[in-house]
Amino acid sequence: MSGVVAASTTLPSGAGGAPGRGPRPRRMTPARWGIYAFLLITALFFLLPLYVMIATSLKTMDEVRMGNIIALPVNLTLEPWIKAWSSACTGLNCNGIRVGFFNSVKILLPSVFVSIIIGSLTGYALSFWRVRGATLLFAAMMSVAFIPYQIFIYPLVRVFAFLGLGQSLLTIVIVHTIFGLPTMTLLFRNYFASLPAELFKAARVDGAGFYQIYWRIMMPMATPMIVVAIILQVTGIWNDFILGLVFAGRENLPMTVQLNNIVNTTQGERAYNVDMAATMLTALLPLVVYFGSGRWFVRGIAAGAVKG
Amino acid sequence: MSLKSEVDIRGVSIRFGSVKVLEQLDLKIAPSEFLVLLGPSGCGKSTLLNAIAGLIDVSDGEIHIGGRNVTWDEPKDRGIAMVFQSYALYPRMSVRKNLSFGLEVAGTPRAEIDQRVGEAAAMLRLTELLDRKPAALSGGQRQRVAIGRALVRKAGVYLFDEPLSNLDAQLRAELRVEIKRLHARLGATMIYVTHDQIEALTLADRIAVMQGGVIQQLDTPRKIYREPVNRFVASFVGSPAMNFLPGRLESGEEPVFVTGEHRLEISDYAFLGAPKTCSATLGIRPEHVRAGATAGPGAITATVEMVEPMGADTLVWCRLANGTPVSLRHEADARLAPGDTLPVSFPADAISLFDDATGNRL
Amino acid sequence: MSLARFRLSSRAAAASSLLPAFLVMLVVYIGSTGWTVWMSLTSSRMLPNNTFVGLRQYEILFSNDRWLTSVHNLVLFGLLFVAASLVLGFLLAVAIDQKVRAEDTLRSVFLYPYSMSFVVTGLVWQWLLNPTHGIQKLVRDWGFPEFAFDWIVRQDTVIYCLVLGGVWHAAGLVMAIMLAGLRGIDEDIWKAARVDGLPVWRVYLSIVIPMLGASFATAGVLLSTSVVRLYDLSVSMTNGGPGIASEVPAKFVMDHLFERQNIGLATAAATSMLVTVVSVVAPYLFWRVRKAGVR
Repeated sequence: MSGVVAASTTLPSGAGGAPGRGPRPRRMTPARWGIYAFLLITALFFLLPLYVMIATSLKTMDEVRMGNIIALPVNLTLEPWIKAWSSACTGLNCNGIRVGFFNSVKILLPSVFVSIIIGSLTGYALSFWRVRGATLLFAAMMSVAFIPYQIFIYPLVRVFAFLGLGQSLLTIVIVHTIFGLPTMTLLFRNYFASLPAELFKAARVDGAGFYQIYWRIMMPMATPMIVVAIILQVTGIWNDFILGLVFAGRENLPMTVQLNNIVNTTQGERAYNVDMAATMLTALLPLVVYFGSGRWFVRGIAAGAVKG
Repeated sequence: MSLKSEVDIRGVSIRFGSVKVLEQLDLKIAPSEFLVLLGPSGCGKSTLLNAIAGLIDVSDGEIHIGGRNVTWDEPKDRGIAMVFQSYALYPRMSVRKNLSFGLEVAGTPRAEIDQRVGEAAAMLRLTELLDRKPAALSGGQRQRVAIGRALVRKAGVYLFDEPLSNLDAQLRAELRVEIKRLHARLGATMIYVTHDQIEALTLADRIAVMQGGVIQQLDTPRKIYREPVNRFVASFVGSPAMNFLPGRLESGEEPVFVTGEHRLEISDYAFLGAPKTCSATLGIRPEHVRAGATAGPGAITATVEMVEPMGADTLVWCRLANGTPVSLRHEADARLAPGDTLPVSFPADAISLFDDATGNRL
Repeated sequence: MSLARFRLSSRAAAASSLLPAFLVMLVVYIGSTGWTVWMSLTSSRMLPNNTFVGLRQYEILFSNDRWLTSVHNLVLFGLLFVAASLVLGFLLAVAIDQKVRAEDTLRSVFLYPYSMSFVVTGLVWQWLLNPTHGIQKLVRDWGFPEFAFDWIVRQDTVIYCLVLGGVWHAAGLVMAIMLAGLRGIDEDIWKAARVDGLPVWRVYLSIVIPMLGASFATAGVLLSTSVVRLYDLSVSMTNGGPGIASEVPAKFVMDHLFERQNIGLATAAATSMLVTVVSVVAPYLFWRVRKAGVR
């Protein structure tokens, strides 16, 4: 929008000369002060938890007990981080949250890969090929994306038990693919549908078949969407709690589940600094993805948020 | 503020960072005048209009409206009203509400609002549309609502920013007439920006032809058409475009224009200054070229290349012996075919001579 | 537009590539939903059985204290969370839209919580709201010994703590959606409003907000669906406590499926959640389809 609140030239304000000549003096009106104040205060509210997380994780327990929550650490120590990583207790075992970290990685990589492949393939098929009932399938997929997981959990548990897969890495990867399908399909279908149809027709005239076009033409062109899809899936799967809890199996519990165990199931006095260190460790990957992805993250929201 | 304000632009410069859009521009617009700012995109005409409106700041200079220095005033305090290219109607409000909203917010009494809305609606034939929303209107209707919104403000100056550019040719012609009628009826001062020279020629009392942030010529449409002050103005205004013949001007007892082997008599031409010998270009509009029987003595031969029948008359594209293309207007039922030869002449009272070095009129 | 030679093999390939999606729809979405609903009409407890008992499980459900509290909590949470997130997100978007400096930085700050897991959100807010070590202690140390901020351990206020964590998480998302909507408004409308002499707040109220209907709807639906799914946040922040003061329906279902082993009751609860979601989402989807069709 044009500069409604304040004048909008790039010349220094109040540029000399008589009043009534040249650019209007740009005053910081009370309204503008108010806006900056509002933004600043809200920014502090948003940053507070991050700061507290980091600060607490670098303090000794004495400091935590004596001091207050926003004080800077006096005796900076990485002890809590080391403890959280390698010796915190997640229920029966006390091998630290690194177990959860590696489990999450084990779950993440195949899940992201498979869900993007299948999602993009499905999106591609729905956007170009007039298979009967395709639109219906797409509409159906978009509608069911709203249903809470609780409806599906028990039947799926039974189905996987029946298939002999039970709770395992394979199971959780399949589950993430299943529940990622609507969003991934939406993403790729909308993207492919926005590409000129001539591209596709030219390839067919050249003699390319379904999978050839997909692999050699469409996917290379879909790089922006692949980036967006990776961001969405990495964030979503890494942050997942309920599906990992139910389907991954005790040896493969993801970091989020382990984290909850560490913090909420401790006997005796809680080691708040270790807790916060463990929380930071879990939050690290999504934060890196977020701050590293710049505008892509917002693109991901825009693409995935517009359901249908 | 009176209903017919004069506008005085004094030494206005507008810079965006290091880009100079306007530099020390002076322009005086008389009350009730219809002034058109004409030029190609990027010439600064919209910038100037927005500055007059107060939507952007000037980097230097002053703007006076109705005798008052408004350089530091907000748009609402300048006594102006504006019509935008994209209509800018408030989408969720009815036509009536679009017209009245500004007045309501300003605290105008209900009775007066109703009266002004009624007047504007009647003038623009919007009365049946008052309860519709913009989405249910055609482009031409929307633009009339936009004009109506400007009218209810009873401003001293009306500003139009390429209002007809989004309309198709027929609607453009219709609304052009409406705007002209409106001006005749209201007698208000109007400043109108466009890149369409037909709009400029039909609507304006005076035209300011702009290029590169500078006013090339400020004159009545007739003078701009007949006596363009430089090559740019000559080529920008007029359709089909003016013919340009390259050559040389030889001054002397009787000045002569030489092009190729042809020596053209130009003693009836009104020179601006003293004629001098230099490289020059002769410009003449297609409708002023005399051809065939009317060419008279001293005609030169042209070969017909192409004939374009245009309904009311015919446009004939020819070439002179030295290869210079010339287009001319001929009667509709002239029997001419490619390859025919045609005598043509260029009456000196209808030509324009331009100095090749400066592009200015000689 | 297809060449006869390739028609059969390519169409077969296309159809087969849609098989996973089809399977998923059938088995998972339709099949599971159907089975869950069926289970809710049976007397299943630890193991599923097929003894039809009509709506008996629902009768038990809606006289179950824990369930009723969950629903009550969720409604309260839902209303506060959606309202607060929409308002805060909208105000942030408007503020940022005023051509403020450091816009990119500010947007990063407001949006980063959305990249956090709900577990992380719950745990860090649990720490902040800890009466002994958190904000309450902080303000008391600053010289206000009577200051009380122990909401998280009190039954009547714990739900507000969840709202706090939720809004912190989601307001950035609303802001991003609103900002996109604001940026889509024709610049000329702002100019016209300025020429009309409308004060800025009036433009937002009477012109901009009505134009942002679609953005509000999108944000509202996204927020609402995450309300019904609320589980991680409750488990990590308070584990439903103190007592059952922050129990939520999703947690009720999970607890009864796995710990308490009452499949019938759990599926009845799940089906109730489903009905709620459908009754909100179906009109929305219907409205969107109609809008797309009209255009």
